[in-house]
Amino acid sequence: METRKIPFRQALREAMVEEMRREESVFLMGEEVAEYNGAYKVSQGMLEEFSERRVIDTPISELGFAGIGVGAAMNGLRPIIEFMTWNFAVLAFDQIVNSAAKMLSMSAGQINVPIVFRGPSASAGQLGAQHSQSFENWMANVPGLKVISVSNPYDAKGLLKSAIRDDDPVCFFESEVMYGDMGEVPEEEYLIPIGKANVTREGDAVTIVSYNKMMKIAHAAADELAKDGIHAEVIDLRTIRPLDVETLVNSVKKTNRMVILEEAWPYGSVNTEITFQLQKHAFDYLDAPIKRVTTTDTSIAYAPTLVQAFLPNVDKVIQAVKSSMYVS
Amino acid sequence: MAKTKVEKDQNGADVALAQPKGKPVKEAERFSAETYLNWYEIMLRIRRFEEKAGQLYGQQKIRGFCHLYIGQEAVAAGTISALQADDPIITAYRDHGMALARGISSNECMAELYGKATGCTKGKGGSMHFFSKEKKFFGGHGIVGAQIPLGAGLAFAEKYKGNANVVACFFGDGAARQGALHETFNMAMTWKLPVIFLCENNLYAMGTSVARSSNVIDLKKLGSAYDMPSYDVDGMSCEKVHDAIASAAEHCRSGKGPVFLEVETYRYKGHSMSDPAKYRTKEEVEEYKSKDPIETTLSTMLKKKFVTMAEVEAINQRIMEEVDECVKFAEESPYPDPSEIYTDNYMQQDYPFITD
Repeated sequence: METRKIPFRQALREAMVEEMRREESVFLMGEEVAEYNGAYKVSQGMLEEFSERRVIDTPISELGFAGIGVGAAMNGLRPIIEFMTWNFAVLAFDQIVNSAAKMLSMSAGQINVPIVFRGPSASAGQLGAQHSQSFENWMANVPGLKVISVSNPYDAKGLLKSAIRDDDPVCFFESEVMYGDMGEVPEEEYLIPIGKANVTREGDAVTIVSYNKMMKIAHAAADELAKDGIHAEVIDLRTIRPLDVETLVNSVKKTNRMVILEEAWPYGSVNTEITFQLQKHAFDYLDAPIKRVTTTDTSIAYAPTLVQAFLPNVDKVIQAVKSSMYVS
Repeated sequence: MAKTKVEKDQNGADVALAQPKGKPVKEAERFSAETYLNWYEIMLRIRRFEEKAGQLYGQQKIRGFCHLYIGQEAVAAGTISALQADDPIITAYRDHGMALARGISSNECMAELYGKATGCTKGKGGSMHFFSKEKKFFGGHGIVGAQIPLGAGLAFAEKYKGNANVVACFFGDGAARQGALHETFNMAMTWKLPVIFLCENNLYAMGTSVARSSNVIDLKKLGSAYDMPSYDVDGMSCEKVHDAIASAAEHCRSGKGPVFLEVETYRYKGHSMSDPAKYRTKEEVEEYKSKDPIETTLSTMLKKKFVTMAEVEAINQRIMEEVDECVKFAEESPYPDPSEIYTDNYMQQDYPFITD
């Protein structure tokens, strides 16, 4: 396959553009997506190609335009709703949780909602408490939704295309600080299936599980550990709901240890569900309790020292791995 | 059909009147005997169905929340006669009346209240979530005001697809205080979406009167704030509801964007079955009952000799039998199999649910 290196934002844009060329019912709606070319330039040039009929600027009304998107999906269209950040999508959670997620069930299978809600989430520098939150676990709690969180341009393009084609509502998580990341992406069209995790590095000593930009920390930690002769297997979840338990269990059968790395608050997070599933399906294979590296159980704050204290980092992951291996 | 006459008052707001153009024509001459008969039958079906639902709720045959439409029937009847069958309808949780008027059968509606597999949403929706994709009835929504942006979204899709359909989006006076209404009004006007927003103002948001919920009690001003053509309508009159909606639909179909109708109506019963409605006087209820839309329509039909008393009695008998039959149907229908809890959550047929 011919590949080239493109930025993350371009991979997302290519996914949307290709799907909009392929299917007339797909459109993009959100704040600053059209004339401004996207707050983070993800949708650059799309207005020019598709006109204001299909690339639509909204006022700052997250609840309203999320609901209009859901209504349009109920009536035969396939909207992509961009949130400038998932922090602002909190205003739209009623429409995501009460309308999009439940419509198929409430209508007894008559009305489905093929919609993608997408945008960046989690921390992106010193942005303070209200612009730095992760919501994958919030959305993953809700039956009716699918949840995807991407870590690199290749996955972003292949999974966003699958999300747009999916007949169920999908919440899609990106990161402000990754939009400029370069990555190999094929010239040819490809799709990545929803619901499948990806083993991004093979190893036998421990399984490190993560998603979104924490994958960088996971790989950096694995590099460091390798210097000490500890070969970690690294898994990128890619899809948070449904969770690919099988890939996780198969890995632990080989490594017998797991560390879950997540930029999220510890209570009721993605790692708690993984831990439950692993103790159920791989209890006899575990040689140590599952460890986790999360943010602190606090709001994030502005000062650099406090951001550092809040976030996971390579050292914390190495410590967790070594602790699970009973080495220091 | 009648054209809406848009006038401006001294503040520039639209004066609220939907009037036929040209020479005034008496209402009973503008509408055919057939239209009156349809209105009467739709309203009587709703009334008898809802009365029966109320009784059955008392017997605990129907559970959950149950919001009756009794008193508001003219809104449903006038809506159906003014719209085309392809025009989508969406409403809130007080949805039995509009669903019956749209043609979902009494059997399917009653079975749904019973939670039976033969219900219009297979026992999954219940009282608040009636749907029929075939009849373009898009629910049945339980979060107050959430169906307002959904209705605008249905209209967005109609416009996007180049259809001439108009969406009728219903909500109550309580929902008029939700932020979703303001966000939606703004976007619907900006994008000229073909949607009629109909506020069924029955004067009470559960127990809070319109006057206690805001400084602005003239609800049509909420539309005027976005330069949306906004009118008030006598919701106890099928003729007036029909005229207002027909005019509004014509406005929408011509590409001019949304219309807001504040439909003044009244629910004879409480907000839900558990509400004794102690916040209003008996006199107030009686005053509205004296304008009962079924009585008024019947009296017009008899006066105009559109129907004989014998024919009326035959209709009454037929509706009574239909309602008795739908109870029997619901009673005899099976509950959904427990395995149905896993169906209709995802379109993906092999979705891997967490099962422990």
